[in-house]
Amino acid sequence: MPRPLEPVGQGTRIVLGVSFFVIFVVAWAVATLGGFVSRTFLADPITMMQDGWLLLTRFGFAADIAVTVWRVVGGFIMAAVIAVPIGLMMGAYKPFEAFLEPFVSFARYLPASAFVPLLILWAGIGEFQKLLVIFIGSFFQIILMIAVAVGNTRRDLVEAAYTLGSTDMGIVKRVLLPANAPEIAEILRLVLGWAWTYVIVAELIGSSSGIGHMIIDSQALMATGQMIFGIIVIGVIGLISDFLFKGLNRALFPWRLA
Amino acid sequence: MTDTILSIESVSRVFPGVRGGAPIRALEPTSLNVARNDFITILGPSGCGKSTLLRIVAGLDRPSAGRVLLEGREITGPGADRGMVFQSYTLFPWLTIAENIAYGLREKGIPKSERQDIVASYTEKVGLRGFENHYPKQLSGGMQQRTAIARALANDPAILLLDEPFGALDNQTRALMQELLLGIWERERKTVLFVTHDIEEAIFLASRVVVMTARPGRIKADIPVDLPHPRHYRMKTSPEFSNLKAQLTEEIRAEALQADGVY
Repeated sequence: MPRPLEPVGQGTRIVLGVSFFVIFVVAWAVATLGGFVSRTFLADPITMMQDGWLLLTRFGFAADIAVTVWRVVGGFIMAAVIAVPIGLMMGAYKPFEAFLEPFVSFARYLPASAFVPLLILWAGIGEFQKLLVIFIGSFFQIILMIAVAVGNTRRDLVEAAYTLGSTDMGIVKRVLLPANAPEIAEILRLVLGWAWTYVIVAELIGSSSGIGHMIIDSQALMATGQMIFGIIVIGVIGLISDFLFKGLNRALFPWRLA
Repeated sequence: MTDTILSIESVSRVFPGVRGGAPIRALEPTSLNVARNDFITILGPSGCGKSTLLRIVAGLDRPSAGRVLLEGREITGPGADRGMVFQSYTLFPWLTIAENIAYGLREKGIPKSERQDIVASYTEKVGLRGFENHYPKQLSGGMQQRTAIARALANDPAILLLDEPFGALDNQTRALMQELLLGIWERERKTVLFVTHDIEEAIFLASRVVVMTARPGRIKADIPVDLPHPRHYRMKTSPEFSNLKAQLTEEIRAEALQADGVY
């Protein structure tokens, strides 16, 4: 037995991580192929793969995936570009924080999915409406988390910078920002994961393309294989974006690992 | 010889009470004149307000009453004319050693080529050649504090303030750091204000030891140290040194007892 907090080797880590995926698929196969679960409710892995192949080769599912990815990334970048500076200023300047923090805390609990009908009314059912759902879901979360991170910057680093002649703006740009850059990247990675749940909700209603649209279409046909394939694709894309983000963080902030 | 660079005029500091408690008088009205190129150590037990005094000189804290003049001008906030080295490791972790030393120069807008020359010279002075491109995390505590000293000196401040800079280091490293700092001072004759609770350190480095009382802090004694320069670590075992140490031990012991509530 391992002892508490004892580290695990890189090889063992990979083997253990992969083996749970294997156990999961095997359990699924036994449940479905073994006849324990009705085919109507849950497709078996083989049917799922066949349906997925069909989706990709015959029904242009790749285009749906591309549309969904673009919506997530587009809405998320819109939110991040505006929210990061606001969060930074909120963390740095306390009156600004006192002014905005109560409202942002309130707005953060407004469920993005509940805005979908309203946004259809305001923005139609075009791309802009989809982007807005992601935007609303991510914007306030990013602001608040970054404000907290920046507010927790080590005070002695700020003081040291002042004694070296930094101006107030110098402190914001050359201490608060770089000191929190890795954490900001980590916050963005986390919120991007949440953005994926909003996009699917946005696509379930009033959409003619995207992964969510495919899933709702398949429900009408009782094609559980296709639905599961769609869900798994989302999981795989999430996993890939996570890897990319982590790799990027490691490349951008070598001082953290030094 | 009485060329005063820094004058502390009846500076006191009262911290407001926490949750309706009584206000805390950290520093009684304190006056002190610092001569140009002097090395002064402020010696006192923990919590005697010596760090508060230094922070007020740095501009990081405001006095409740009184004022501090640096070259005749009143201090209203922190500035590059007063370099500071803290007890905690305050190198910027996202910058390399060279970039850390260059930080103040960059804030001043000094061109890159000139910056590189200054950084190279101070890297050399604190014995960190070859570590320019390391990050602070990769360095030992002693090396980090050496970088912090270089970072403060590279800015060419009028006065160097050090707040127990070697407090977190082990004894051997601390002794080496004292010699390094003293060596730099003997060569460059900067004005230095150095806060410590270590009696030996206070004597070895200073030309004047200012002893502070337990909280609320005020100056209890001002003792000149007439040991010759350059000083060598063996001096710490000389009779003159021992006499001073005995004298200061008595001064500080009474305060430590009082601070600890033994009386």
